[in-house]
Amino acid sequence: MFLLLGVSVIVFGVIRLAPGDPVMVVAGLDALPETVEAIRKEWGFDLPVYMQYFRWLGRAVRLDFGQSLMTREKVSEMIVARLPATIKLNLVAYALALAVSIPMGIYAALRQYSLLDHLGTVVALVGVSMPGFWLGLILILYFALYLGWFPVFGIGTWKHYVLPSVALGASQAAGLMRMTRSSVLEAMNQDYIRTARAKGLAERIVVFKHMLKNASLPIVTIMGMRLAYLLSGSFIIETIFAWPGIGRLAINCLYSRDYFVVQGTVLLTAVVIVFANLIVDVTYCFLDPRIRYQ
Amino acid sequence: MAVSTRQTTNGEAKPVLREASWGQIIWRRFRKHRLAVTGLIVITVLYALAIFAPWVAPYDPTDIAPDRRLEKPSSAHPMGLDEVGRDVLSRVIWGARISMTIGFVAAGISLVVGVFLGAVAGYYGGGVDNAIMRVVDVLMSIPTFLLIIAIVAVVGPSITNVMIVIGLTYWSSYARVVRGTVLSLRSIDFVEAARAAGNSSLRIILKHVLPNCFAPVIVMATLNVAGSILLETSLSFLGFGVQPPDPSWGNILTTGRQYMRHAPHIALFPGLAISITVLAFNLLGDGLRDALDPRLNV
Repeated sequence: MFLLLGVSVIVFGVIRLAPGDPVMVVAGLDALPETVEAIRKEWGFDLPVYMQYFRWLGRAVRLDFGQSLMTREKVSEMIVARLPATIKLNLVAYALALAVSIPMGIYAALRQYSLLDHLGTVVALVGVSMPGFWLGLILILYFALYLGWFPVFGIGTWKHYVLPSVALGASQAAGLMRMTRSSVLEAMNQDYIRTARAKGLAERIVVFKHMLKNASLPIVTIMGMRLAYLLSGSFIIETIFAWPGIGRLAINCLYSRDYFVVQGTVLLTAVVIVFANLIVDVTYCFLDPRIRYQ
Repeated sequence: MAVSTRQTTNGEAKPVLREASWGQIIWRRFRKHRLAVTGLIVITVLYALAIFAPWVAPYDPTDIAPDRRLEKPSSAHPMGLDEVGRDVLSRVIWGARISMTIGFVAAGISLVVGVFLGAVAGYYGGGVDNAIMRVVDVLMSIPTFLLIIAIVAVVGPSITNVMIVIGLTYWSSYARVVRGTVLSLRSIDFVEAARAAGNSSLRIILKHVLPNCFAPVIVMATLNVAGSILLETSLSFLGFGVQPPDPSWGNILTTGRQYMRHAPHIALFPGLAISITVLAFNLLGDGLRDALDPRLNV
């Protein structure tokens, strides 16, 4: 709770206290002084900043983020209209990342120094180092413009999902794979694994019940963190692929200095991340009974 | 020297004859990490290119040749020409100057702020500690990328602003690590002894406590430079970072994006430069981590 309050102060403060008068955005640069004053009153910009903050916060907890300075649309409606697209894209990308990275990481650890392990390690390193937006451009260049297999941008059929979700998920997959590999390797060298083997358990049981269960804790942590990265990444990927989600909305509104929309989207994303971390913490208790007893 | 050259063939270190210093041990372990050494070499070359850009770049990065716009790569222009006929190679080299400076300075700011606040939090504890760590928690749960864009968008995009904003957002992980180490060392004998001997708090922190955080901090800093470069290029790509005509890898990519269909080389090469640089820093970071402390996980 405190966390969210802190987040809201930063989100509000950063965007509101900065130079640049939001009234001018509404009124236009050549507006008459009287018009400017009237607008200032109407939007509540004449109040002291802390009052503006509390007013904004009071509404925000009721999911009312104010109106767009440009179109006067309600921010909450603008977000709701674009949220499904973002959720779908992120889910596909996240599922893709998990489906590739976790099995690959486990395999690489179990067959350490095998050809596939080396290959995976190199690919993961390159994946972590490549900026997602550049990968997106390369994908567009090759698969959309050159081969013509997938559409360049937009939303519609499943084909529209392929390129953006790969561009978005690649670096997350790479990071997750590296983490999975090292956690499994770490768990592999523990005494209890040797014990399990020594008492003659089937290799399958050793791997699944003893090794993977113990390796899952750091993996889950990283999974939570990666979700946050994923969301941040989708702001830029949505922009490249003209994806009609909240990421593109936020970036576009930043260009036009539409403050309330930006505040709303950033706050919403922060809330999602806080909750993702909360879920991670709760998952810990299921995975590791020791934490529950503390 | 003679001893250390013989050890590489079978990968196992021979017993060292004379006492080696900590730095030598680390260097020896680091050298065996071939990829990390490659990373270090690449970084050195890139910084050399960046520093000597005016002499290395074959053309002036702002010289235009409107009649030869979007020209494909050739032997005279290995990376081709851009939308107003500027040499892309020269722009990428000059871009290295800006992008790498930003990466380095931003990571430096994060390091100084994070280490300082972490040390203060860990050493004094209580309310100070609580306040600092809550800020860390908040910073860690904000989508920082968007926050950075928002700040840069309002304070105005310039090289200095980008460096400061990135630097001031990413100190939280340093603060966490340093605080943890300081906390665990605060009441350990050698620190108590230093205090009993009448040393000031500042001196104790600087001379006795902080050196113990060296390993994780240096690894984090290396990876942080990579992260900052990525961030700067993303910012510039979206138009919130370095402004044209100053070349940055990010803003060259932006123009490249508009000419993807007819002149893909404009977008290809700066992206390649980013990837290679970030990869080099990641390799170096991995190598340093293994050399400094194999069990370290940052």
